[in-house]
Amino acid sequence: MAFAARKSATASKAATAKATGKKSSSTAATFSREEDVSAYREMLMIRRFEEKAGQMYGMGLIGGFCHLYIGQEAVVIGMQMASKGGDAVITGYRDHGHMLACGMDPKGVMAELTGRRGGLSKGKGGSMHMFSVEKHFYGGHGIVGAQVSLGTGLAFANHYRGNDNVSLTYFGDGASNQGQVYESFNMAELWKLPVVYIIENNRYAMGTSVSRASAQTDFSKRGLSFNIPGEQVDGMDVRAVKAAGERAVEWCRARKGPYILEMQTYRYRGHSMSDPAKYRSKDEVQKMREERDPIEQVRRRLIEDWKVGEDELKAIDAKVRDIVNEAAEFATNDPEPDPAELWTDILR
Amino acid sequence: MPIDVLMPALSPTMEKGNLAKWLKAEGDSIKPGDVIAEIETDKATMEVEAVDEGVLAKILVPAGTNDVAVNQKIAVIASEGEDASAVSAAGGASLPGQADPTPVAAAPKAAAAPVSAPQTQAALSAAGYDASGEIPAGTEMVTMTMREALRDAMAEEMRRDGDVFVMGEEVAEYQGAYKVTQGLLQEFGPRRVIDTPITEHGFAGIGVGAGLAGLKPIVEFMTFNFAMQAIDQIINSAAKTLYMSGGQMGCAIVFRGPNGAAARVGAQHSQDYTAWYSQIPGLLVISPSNAADAKGLMKAAIRNPNPVVFLENEILYGQSAPVPKDENFVLPIGKARIARPGKDVTIVSFSIGMTYALKAADELAKEGIEAEVIDLRTIRPMDVDTIIASVQKTGRCVTVEEGWPQSGVGAEIAAMLMDRAFDWLDAPVLRVTGKDVPMPYAANLEKLALPNVAEVVQAVRSVTYR
Repeated sequence: MAFAARKSATASKAATAKATGKKSSSTAATFSREEDVSAYREMLMIRRFEEKAGQMYGMGLIGGFCHLYIGQEAVVIGMQMASKGGDAVITGYRDHGHMLACGMDPKGVMAELTGRRGGLSKGKGGSMHMFSVEKHFYGGHGIVGAQVSLGTGLAFANHYRGNDNVSLTYFGDGASNQGQVYESFNMAELWKLPVVYIIENNRYAMGTSVSRASAQTDFSKRGLSFNIPGEQVDGMDVRAVKAAGERAVEWCRARKGPYILEMQTYRYRGHSMSDPAKYRSKDEVQKMREERDPIEQVRRRLIEDWKVGEDELKAIDAKVRDIVNEAAEFATNDPEPDPAELWTDILR
Repeated sequence: MPIDVLMPALSPTMEKGNLAKWLKAEGDSIKPGDVIAEIETDKATMEVEAVDEGVLAKILVPAGTNDVAVNQKIAVIASEGEDASAVSAAGGASLPGQADPTPVAAAPKAAAAPVSAPQTQAALSAAGYDASGEIPAGTEMVTMTMREALRDAMAEEMRRDGDVFVMGEEVAEYQGAYKVTQGLLQEFGPRRVIDTPITEHGFAGIGVGAGLAGLKPIVEFMTFNFAMQAIDQIINSAAKTLYMSGGQMGCAIVFRGPNGAAARVGAQHSQDYTAWYSQIPGLLVISPSNAADAKGLMKAAIRNPNPVVFLENEILYGQSAPVPKDENFVLPIGKARIARPGKDVTIVSFSIGMTYALKAADELAKEGIEAEVIDLRTIRPMDVDTIIASVQKTGRCVTVEEGWPQSGVGAEIAAMLMDRAFDWLDAPVLRVTGKDVPMPYAANLEKLALPNVAEVVQAVRSVTYR
């Protein structure tokens, strides 16, 4: 409250709302038919892609670590709807959804998962390490929390160049306890860097629940001591995400500094493919899927509010399945990298 | 008893300084805490405070005197009840254990500090810099400290490329903890010369992020000891991203700062990280031994599109050497320098290790052993061809570094020579390194922990069977 009062002279309405720790209202944000259709298609794309990746992992086509984004789709799709071309995106290891949302080729992403030469990193990065200069996607980072300083650096570059692009820096509730996150918060606010810190609170840092790891479980308040505004957002409602994202992005573009969005979300699958998930009950997951699923929420709106016919929905589903199947087929049949690739791309 | 006022040291590595001015005159009475004089080095200025009460009886070193040795007697204070004029006479007459101050005092004020009075020389002698003719004869040279050479390199590259900026602790308003960034803020402003909080992990990551976005950051670590906080960003983010992205996204960044032991700063502030960084594919690692290399390689590092770890040395910062005046003087990364030609043994070193190597070579020459001294300059990629060519000539090799022995630079050179020059070796490769202990504080122990000239000489005698 002290912070809200202190800032209220200059802060926008959004900032004042956040500082009180209030949850942003999802009913305030409404979507047009086109927005709902688009959000549905994009989220379904991630869902089907990740389901396929899970299958292919089970078949031994994907190796190592593979962290699926299923359940969290509304976060990245809502944020993309709130951003504009040239905005930078960076995230941790649960990154397939972000790449697809940034418009990176599903075939290239899937072929990277299978370690093939047509992968976005020529098969040398893997699930956690893909990048796109063209789409302003800066990875894909495997060290928990490292992307927060890097994302702050992307904002630094925008600030240095004097453009109005922002950096969308994603990390989880687990990464939120890393020291460099707070080092970055401090400098971002000190230098008024245009970075939106998007904390994807999916409740579990691997197998450790938020309440077992965090002294302050309201992540929107994690920037308070640096005077960074924050708000908690229903991360299962793509409309709420987009609305909050717009407030945050606007704040950054107005050169007011960083902004924190705690996205309250949930991952349905394990931390990675090798997670036995003993730390939560099946009922908890089932309840979330039935009551809060981000894609089901939009699907219901499409049918009930927008009267979208079964045929149109089927057409969207079929299109998405085709793209995913095509990606899987490419990733299965594409050859492995040429052995000579071992020695390339170390220096330039 | 009259009280001697001695020339104080501003830093652990200071050996001499300039007595800029006296704030008290002979005959003035002095209380503890009074500022009596100002001294300066090329790095900093400091006030000398009186500790004792009395009368300033005699000034032994006049204002404007340059290169006054630390611990030289600069004034005498007569304590209460003493006759200042008698003390003055006595103080002026005898300076036990000190050089006669008269010549120092006679140095004209106009002969300013060497750092601010660049001397132009006709050319470098081959032995002084380079036996391979890297700098063409007749090149106009300016004598400057390594500190100034590094600063000039950064300033020139910042003038040339608006994407180059400097960030780090105390780099801007304080003018650099070791004064390497002196004047950059004044010329380039706070947008491009950025003071950071004390937060190495965070600002290294911000630097790498800015580098991934296409800027060319120079990230200064006040010392590389503190870069251990940031080493994840240096290795996992800066060095590996190009490979992990299949060549799509890289990071042009220079991480720089003093590395290795300074003097009497203890274990946590006295570590040589050369071997650590030299193990990492995706990094370039440079560690110059003199001002000319420092300038030419710093410019190369800033222009290079890859991440560069640039390891400087605090003790070398103040050492002067001739540097080509040409703004286009850029040295190749990955090329060693034959600092002294010889036929009997190859001594390979870098950075401050070169000090021991060259002095040892002088000693050995008196014994009739002609050592070829190679200054690696770049540790990664290492110029193995130059080392091998030399060993093919000499048949023997001694490495010199301040870092620890296990998995060190010398260990790598020894293994490489076993692999690629085994048939030419007439003796085992010997390593002269820092001792395998954390750096002690006590002066005698610290000296023992570091390599020295005698150890290099002994190692050479051993490999030449003398």
